[in-house]
Amino acid sequence: MSVIVFTLIVLVGAYFAGLLGSLTGLGGGVVIIPLLTLLLHVDIHYAIGAALISVIATSSGSAAAYVKEGITNIRIGMFLEIATTAGAFTGAILAIYVSVKFIAVLFGTILIFSAIMSLREKKEHITSAKSFLSRRLRLDSSYPVEGEMVEYGVANIAGGFFMMLFAGIISGLLGIGSGALKVLAMDGIMRIPFKVSTTTSNFMIGVTAAASAVVYLQRGYVHPVIAMPVVVGVLFGAVSGSKILVHTKSSGWLRWVFAVVVTVLAVQVIYNGLTGKL
Amino acid sequence: MGKEHKNKRFKDTDMQIVIGWLLRIGVYVSITVVIIGGIFFLYRHGSTVADYRSFKGVPGFIQNLGDIMHNVVLLRGQAIIQLGIILLLATPILRVIFSAIGFMLEKDYLYIFISVLVLLIIIASALSGGAG
Repeated sequence: MSVIVFTLIVLVGAYFAGLLGSLTGLGGGVVIIPLLTLLLHVDIHYAIGAALISVIATSSGSAAAYVKEGITNIRIGMFLEIATTAGAFTGAILAIYVSVKFIAVLFGTILIFSAIMSLREKKEHITSAKSFLSRRLRLDSSYPVEGEMVEYGVANIAGGFFMMLFAGIISGLLGIGSGALKVLAMDGIMRIPFKVSTTTSNFMIGVTAAASAVVYLQRGYVHPVIAMPVVVGVLFGAVSGSKILVHTKSSGWLRWVFAVVVTVLAVQVIYNGLTGKL
Repeated sequence: MGKEHKNKRFKDTDMQIVIGWLLRIGVYVSITVVIIGGIFFLYRHGSTVADYRSFKGVPGFIQNLGDIMHNVVLLRGQAIIQLGIILLLATPILRVIFSAIGFMLEKDYLYIFISVLVLLIIIASALSGGAG
């Protein structure tokens, strides 16, 4: 295959990965890795490096819009970034010692988990109970709901912090944003409103990915010829996705289609990993 | 207390606007650089064979920042792409630095400390990168 054909295939594939990732909230990184490894037989380390860079692009791009709307909680983000960057650093170091088999099985498992999470019903819940720690860390805040500011508190900070440490390790090991784990920590454990959780998670993904990308870049995992079409494709796909989301409110059937596709990909990654084909 | 609270909110929204712009400009600039590098590379090497089945790292002429900058000046496509990727990587890190400055303006000492701690973790990660 010539470089130009390779670039075009990756560009188109990355565009759809970014589009679906943005429509379902899963992120483009989780689809681009199976595409590169299963379809184009790219070495998994190169795939992880390229995916990680695309994650920084999409998260920074959409965080720019959310931050201005005032939904993102910068203090919660900064505080939890201590955990995610420390985790990502650890994950990038661990990546040297674990086998491709282990990475493939872990990746497949996280992929299936993310698909299930994307099907979950999104309920906005607001806790008014303000803990000592959340007051001390000034995490309690308010966010706009239909033009009115609604106050919210933050619960179970230690639990959320540890979950973020785990999310960071996964992100550093696999080159994905691990947004599903971050949302689970904030929305599920810390009882932060869903909208604040997703936008703040997105805000944190870029910094988390950067903490492990500085390692991968020096190890030669980020190959410019692979990363170029991946970053450009995923970013433009994500932009298209966010434009479609503005026009169509319900994407219920799409979530199901995507969840099934992702699960099939996950099983393929696990199978190929275990049989040594990756 | 009421006045102080109002003042603080104003600065928080200020910070949000600055961070929003920073992230947007960072992504635009770096993607433009990546695309320019891609055009140079494909124009010259588009018909060569793409084989990334086994891991061989990156070509020798883009292995460190000094070499990358030297080859950017020579308009070598892969070096320009790598520069764009480094700019993209720097965007969220710059965001942390800007947050730290924002918290300094707000005299929020706890969050100055937290921002600096996050920066130190990223620096530690970058310094450890060569090993292994």
